[in-house]
Order: sequence, then structure tokens, then C-alpha cells
Amino acid sequence: MKKILSLVVAMVMVSTLAFADSTLINGAGSTFIYPAITKWFDEYSKTNSNVQFNYQAIGSGGGIKQITAKTVDFGATDGPMTMDQLTQAPGRIYHIPMVMGAVAVAYNIPGVDKGLKLTPDILAGIYLGKITQWNDALITAQNPGVNLPNSSITVVHRSDGSGTSFIFTDYLSSISGEWKGKVGKGTSVDWPVGLGGKGNAGVSGLLKQSPGSIGYVELAYALENNLTYAVLQNKSGNFVEPTVDSTSKAAEGANIPSDFRFSIVNSSNPDAYPIAGTTWLLIYKQMDDPIKGKAIVDFIRWAITDGQKLTADMDYAPLPSSLVDLIQKKLDQVKY
Amino acid sequence: MSRHDTSDIVFRRILAVFPISILILVAGIFFELIWSSLPSLNKFGVGFLFSRVWDPVAENFGALPFIFGTCVTSLVALLLAIPIGVGAAIYLAEYAPPKVSKTISILVDLLAAIPSVIYGLWGIFVLVPFMRNSVQPFLGKFLGFLPFFQGPNYGVGFLAASFILAIIIVPFIISVSREVLIAVPSVYKESAYALGATRWEAIFNIVLSYGKVGILGAVILALGRAIGETMAVTMIIGNNVVISPSLFSPGYTLASVLANEFSEADTSMYLSALIEIGLVLFLVSIIVNILARILIWSVTKGPSEIIK
Repeated sequence: MKKILSLVVAMVMVSTLAFADSTLINGAGSTFIYPAITKWFDEYSKTNSNVQFNYQAIGSGGGIKQITAKTVDFGATDGPMTMDQLTQAPGRIYHIPMVMGAVAVAYNIPGVDKGLKLTPDILAGIYLGKITQWNDALITAQNPGVNLPNSSITVVHRSDGSGTSFIFTDYLSSISGEWKGKVGKGTSVDWPVGLGGKGNAGVSGLLKQSPGSIGYVELAYALENNLTYAVLQNKSGNFVEPTVDSTSKAAEGANIPSDFRFSIVNSSNPDAYPIAGTTWLLIYKQMDDPIKGKAIVDFIRWAITDGQKLTADMDYAPLPSSLVDLIQKKLDQVKY
Repeated sequence: MSRHDTSDIVFRRILAVFPISILILVAGIFFELIWSSLPSLNKFGVGFLFSRVWDPVAENFGALPFIFGTCVTSLVALLLAIPIGVGAAIYLAEYAPPKVSKTISILVDLLAAIPSVIYGLWGIFVLVPFMRNSVQPFLGKFLGFLPFFQGPNYGVGFLAASFILAIIIVPFIISVSREVLIAVPSVYKESAYALGATRWEAIFNIVLSYGKVGILGAVILALGRAIGETMAVTMIIGNNVVISPSLFSPGYTLASVLANEFSEADTSMYLSALIEIGLVLFLVSIIVNILARILIWSVTKGPSEIIK
């Protein structure tokens, strides 16, 4: 009995010693980045055992709130903070792009395979409720030889507030003046038509259940679940399939402002897929805790270089190298 | 009476803390809801309850479609669940052999313990296709002249949500009603038989009449569950901010919009409006409970009966 007791005491002491010089970094925010960030933490802590991570995927809005209140060491968001939100924060906040993702437009039309061609006008028309039949002249004109049925279109969107909706409505706002004026962009909007499904799973569930439906999901989700998705006409007029590569292209040649609060939808790169977005980490320029500050910056430097290879396997689009160089310079300015 | 035992007084005072803490908790929730929704209360006023617009981008908010959705789905669910629930309870309490009654009762209690997200998933993959392919075409064909059964048939919508709610609340009605009916003293039934009543007459006139307060209580419990039910409804109601007389139409409820939008609400006015939705849900629950209480009083002719 005594032996066991002393063993327990020894173990407790060893474990406290082990934790004594390890740093716990807390983060919260975007659910989109959650699988990537978990993978990174796993790999990173193998070589850096002195850093412990804890990330709560509470949503981008929550991430912004928590970093503003300084209850976490970093936030993560799918949509950049507004000017208003930045001024409310107690210090200067940096946006650090970490991963990129695309939004695939998936559909369920009996007898029609993957690769239906859609133009910006068609997509906006469908989501505004103006194009209501699959055999509409605009759609058939782009898809000669495809047997489009004379059935009504069931529009599906996300019902929960999400970064995926933000990217999708950001895109619709950039290509349609009417959408921009009537609906706008946001994690939740006042949808003119359609059914709402909760999460990617809810949307794809509705798609599977409703013949003649169209919806949008994260690219990674569409690829994993083998959904039939459309090829979209980009700004240069080319029809592009959503892939990891065509998503990365969206950030190449894009106009990147110095605060990184960019939007890469409707990219002018001729090979880019038009509905793409970014997830940013939010960190303070002036870190309160020197040890934590250094650990966070070191981790980010690793994640945007070596870490990108890990996430490419998970269907996240890697950051283009030109952008990585810019981020490295930005991180040099972080003080701790 | 004359004995003043300090331990007794201490015990009584300690016990009194618990009910008071419940009161403080409810008051605290109510106060916090009002406090946090003040920006929205000030901006939209009473109009919040009557506005049909819910536009997070333009920060223009109204609760009417959600109140409508919550009331419609809960009421339709009750209409579906009461006959099944009470009927099953009568059978279990009066007709079924004790072994069967006991087995079914255990199964019913198990049904009540299934998490609602499971019902939601089942709803998406089984109930919704069934509604779209069988129930709604049937209703549209034979009752399509009524405004309740018109419009496009998506499968998801008010009717599907009401069905899933009915399935969720039926176990509550069965379970409580059965207990109530079993508790009816057998001397009443025996008297009825002695007067020459048939079994049906004894049940309808004596047992049900004796147990109606308890059964109403079961229904109120079920209604409370239906109003607050979130996950299963969110998954199959279609989540569209509309007010339509058609049960085929997609809709939205108070609890669903909170579940959907709370985590990503990024501006303070948006958050405040969502908390006001929570406040409305709180008030709707209270009002429904008060109405139900009044209903019981009117049935039993006076509040004193309830204490019994």
C-alpha cells in the first residue's frame, strides 16, 4: 500500500515537473480550420513538447469576441474583422492567413452527372429566385447535350451561421449588383429563396433527399463525400473545376493589402476557381506574455511552411509561396 | 408544538434555501435576458414581435416568423400526439395484461430518453422522404382544397417538424397519463360496474373524468417540451424565415434560430436581437403555461383542485 502511495506521489511530482516549463496556448474560433489546426497541434507538439495547445471551435464570431476580450491567446475567423470590430479591440490585431478553402456548388439532378457548367449570372439568378426551372434558357445555352429536366429548382443554403456562407455570399455580392443591394454578404443572410440545412451534413442531406436541388458545401466535404458539383465560369471566362490547386490559384496574383484583410472570391487569375476564401488567425501585435508570444509566432511560422504539406492532404488549399513570404515579414513585426 | 429544537429550525432553514435558490435562478435568467437584449429592445421596441424581417446583414430584426413557427409546430404536434398518447395510456392502464403493460411502459420510457439529434437524423433520412413521397402527395390530393395542404412539396417543413415533435412528446403523454389512470381508485370503477356501466362507459365517464387534470398536466409537460425542442426541429423544418398557412412550407422556430445563428453572431446588435429571441421564447413558454393552468382551473372549477 505504502509502495503504491509513494509511486503515485512520484508520478504526480514528475508530471508537475513536466508541465512546469510547458506553455499552454489557448485559441478559439472558426470551425472550418478546426481539423487543420488539430492536425498541426498533433505534429507540432511531437517536436516541441514544451508547448501545449487548446483550441475551441466555437465559430468565427465567437473567436473574434474572445480575442477582443483577451480570454484566448489567438482567435480564428473565416471572415475578416470589420473596421468597427478592430477599433473595439484593446490592441492592434493582426490577421494571419493560415489555410484557404473553396466552396463547391453541388446539385442533385436525376440523370445529370458531375460537371454542369454554371456562369455567375446563372448562380445569382438561381439564388435570387429568378431562375426557377432547370431547363431555363440560360442554363441550357451553357450546357448543350445535357438533358436538363423540366423541373423546378430547389435552392438549399446553410441555416447556421458559417464561414462557408460568408464566402459564398461574398462571391454572389462580387458578381451581382442586385445581390449586393438586396442581400449582401455575411455568415447569415436573409436568403430570398430556399431551404436551410444545418452544417455541411445538413445541406448535403437535403441535396440527397430532394431531386432537382442545388446547394453549396465546403470543397473538402464535397470531395470526401463524392458529391456531384458544378464547374464555374471565373472572371476570365474560363470554366474551372473546384480543386485544391484552382483554389490556391485564387490567391496568386490577387491584390493583397498590407493588413491581409483580403477577399479572394472572383479572382482575376485565369486558372482560379472563383468561390474561394481564407481562414485567418487573429493575434495581437503586442503580445502580453513573452513566452506565449514567442511560442505562437514560432508555431505560425511552422504552420505556414512545413505545416501546409500536412493540410494539403486534408483538401485544404496551401498558401501560395508569395503570400507566405509576406506573412513571414508580418510576423517579424509582432512584439513579445 | 411547544418543543423548540434548534436542530429542527436549522434543518428547516437549510431546506428553505433550495426552493429560494430556484426562484433566484429564474429571476436571474429573466434579468440577464432583458439586460442583454436592451439594445435590441430599444431599437425595435414592440415592433420586434410583429416584424417579418430577419436580416442580419442590414441588422433589421423581427421575431414574428419564429413565433409563428414555434406555435404552429407545437400545436400540430399536440393534435397528432394527444389521441395516440392518451389512447395508448388507456389501453396500457385498463386493457393490457400486466406483463404487456409493464414491457411497453419500459419501452416508452426508453423512447423518451433518446437524444433529439437522433430523432433529427432519422427525420432527415427516413421521415422526410416518406413525407415527400407518400404523406404530402396524399394530403395534397385529397385535402388540397384547404390552404394548409398546398404549395411545393419539399418533404421538409412545418408538417415534418410537427411529426417529429409528435413522436418526441408522445412518450411523455403516455407515461404520465398511464400513471394517472392507474392511480384512479378501483372503488370508483367498481361502483360504475355495479350500476350496470359497460367497460367503455366506466372508462369514459369515470376513469377519464377522474384523471383529466392529470392528463392535462401530461399534455402541458409535452407542450413545454415541444416549444423548447431545438435540434430535431432545426434539422428538418427547412429553416426559412416565412409565414405561410401551408404546412408543406419550410419554416423556422425560436429555438432553431438561436441554435443556428448564435455562435456566429458577430455584431452586438445581432447578438442582442438573438438574446431577445431567447427572451420571447422564455415568455412564450410562461404564457403557454399560464394558459394551460387556467384551462385546468376551468375544467376543475377552481384552483383548489390542483393541489389535490
